[in-house]
Amino acid sequence: MCGIVGLFLKDPALEGLLGDLLSDMLVTMTDRGPDSAGIALYGDAVAGRSKVTVQAGDPARAFAALETLARQAGGESVTLTITDTHAVVGLPSDRVGALRQALADAPEGFRVMSAGETIEIYKETGLPRDVVARFGIRDMRGTHGIGHTRMATESAVTTLGAHPFSTGDDQCLVHNGSLSNHNNLRRELARRGIGFATENDTEVAAAYLTARMAKGRDLGGALTDALGDLDGFFTFVVGTRTGFGVLRDPIACKPAIMAETDRYVAFGSEYRALVGLPGIEAARIWEPEPAAVYFWDRDGPPGDAMLAA
Amino acid sequence: MPAFDLATTPIRELNQALHALSPGTNDRAFEVRNPRGSHAVAVGCAAPVAIAVHGPVGYYCGGMNAEAAITIHGSAGPGVAENMMSGTVIVEGDASQYAGATGRGGLLVIRGNAASRCGISMKGIDIVVGGNVGHMSAFMGQSGHLVVCGDAGEALGDSLYEAKLFVRGGVKSLGADCIEKEMRGEHLETLERLLAAAGMGGVKPLEFRRYGSARKLYNFDIDNSDAY
Repeated sequence: MCGIVGLFLKDPALEGLLGDLLSDMLVTMTDRGPDSAGIALYGDAVAGRSKVTVQAGDPARAFAALETLARQAGGESVTLTITDTHAVVGLPSDRVGALRQALADAPEGFRVMSAGETIEIYKETGLPRDVVARFGIRDMRGTHGIGHTRMATESAVTTLGAHPFSTGDDQCLVHNGSLSNHNNLRRELARRGIGFATENDTEVAAAYLTARMAKGRDLGGALTDALGDLDGFFTFVVGTRTGFGVLRDPIACKPAIMAETDRYVAFGSEYRALVGLPGIEAARIWEPEPAAVYFWDRDGPPGDAMLAA
Repeated sequence: MPAFDLATTPIRELNQALHALSPGTNDRAFEVRNPRGSHAVAVGCAAPVAIAVHGPVGYYCGGMNAEAAITIHGSAGPGVAENMMSGTVIVEGDASQYAGATGRGGLLVIRGNAASRCGISMKGIDIVVGGNVGHMSAFMGQSGHLVVCGDAGEALGDSLYEAKLFVRGGVKSLGADCIEKEMRGEHLETLERLLAAAGMGGVKPLEFRRYGSARKLYNFDIDNSDAY
């Protein structure tokens, strides 16, 4: 199974509630997958600054070394916010590469969950309720967010095997389903220089979209390409710095329901995930069509937010 | 009139109450409020009672229904009226995938649209959809009727046995072994009866086209023996 939720806000007045709303949605989906849970939140951008979310299996030891390491790589303006097993390093955007290298070289076993101007990803094994509480997700604000609760099928139940997967700056993807051509696609992407952290099929889908967008495709275009190149079962919800996309495979076995009002676009694996949203009774509610691309962009022209390929 | 508010009452209490009904019960009408997408609302009913569900339901509402008349004032999640035996299930809104799957009898009415695989492996159930149905509807349908007042998606009636399909609008494509068939007087009568039973008496049977099995997949074709 797996449970997916997503919330893309149009009304800035809801931004302070993003973490709370998304947490309720995700906890409601707990019985679709108890193995691990994760949430990606997109906050406010600060010009010239980026954030790198770092996870460590032994945070007490590892994060003691992180501040020095981050300052060496990122300079004096580095900020560090540690929450449980995760730490968010704020730094100048042009220092992200140096920090990534330093983290990879360090002996502490740091894992990069996400990097970008606005994204933060928190994910761990365990139930959504516990993961949400450990990281204080309810108090977080933002413009859009995506959550996932996992019933593992394709790879191990570990922190790195949890969703969302982030393979590019400010990009993330969650998946319900299983891909059948991920090994081949992973080899092709690896040959083009893309690194993989896991044996997971979903990471391949995320990396595929990252590669397409690196070639200049927008999110809608990359999702359209995915219909031709990915084989298997999937309902995806994808986030970028300003965008939010949904794609289901042509067979569309994996459930999906969407709601849109003047204030938000919401996604749930089931309607249950949406019942707590403000004004849901009056929302336009529909099941996304198989093999159709849906995406919304905060910077896109109003009224031209959705494209069904 | 027994009433259940699922915001405060566990779903199991509702279903246990419905299962405990004796044949001579005086409780003939049930009200269910705040289903909020709950799974398995009013499954396994076996008494001729009326159940009104106010709001959207999740997976398998009305599953295995026998004799009860269930009306969902909202939309339904996957598998509504799955394996229904008799009685009626009416969905005032839309239905998600595999509505009426494997149903053996009774009438399922969906006033809005139904998603993919509506009536998959139907075995005697009658399904009337006011709007459209998604891809692979009536897949391997064995008997019963699927009436679609709107359009049908890809691969309608794939690997069909003897279920009879009627579509008023367009059919994106027919599945393997499904063909259009002549609409005769007896079919128009059946359609008229089903539309009336579904409360859609204003829809004209003459506007529909009939689809059924070419019966080419029933038996092994000896000309294919070279393949082995």
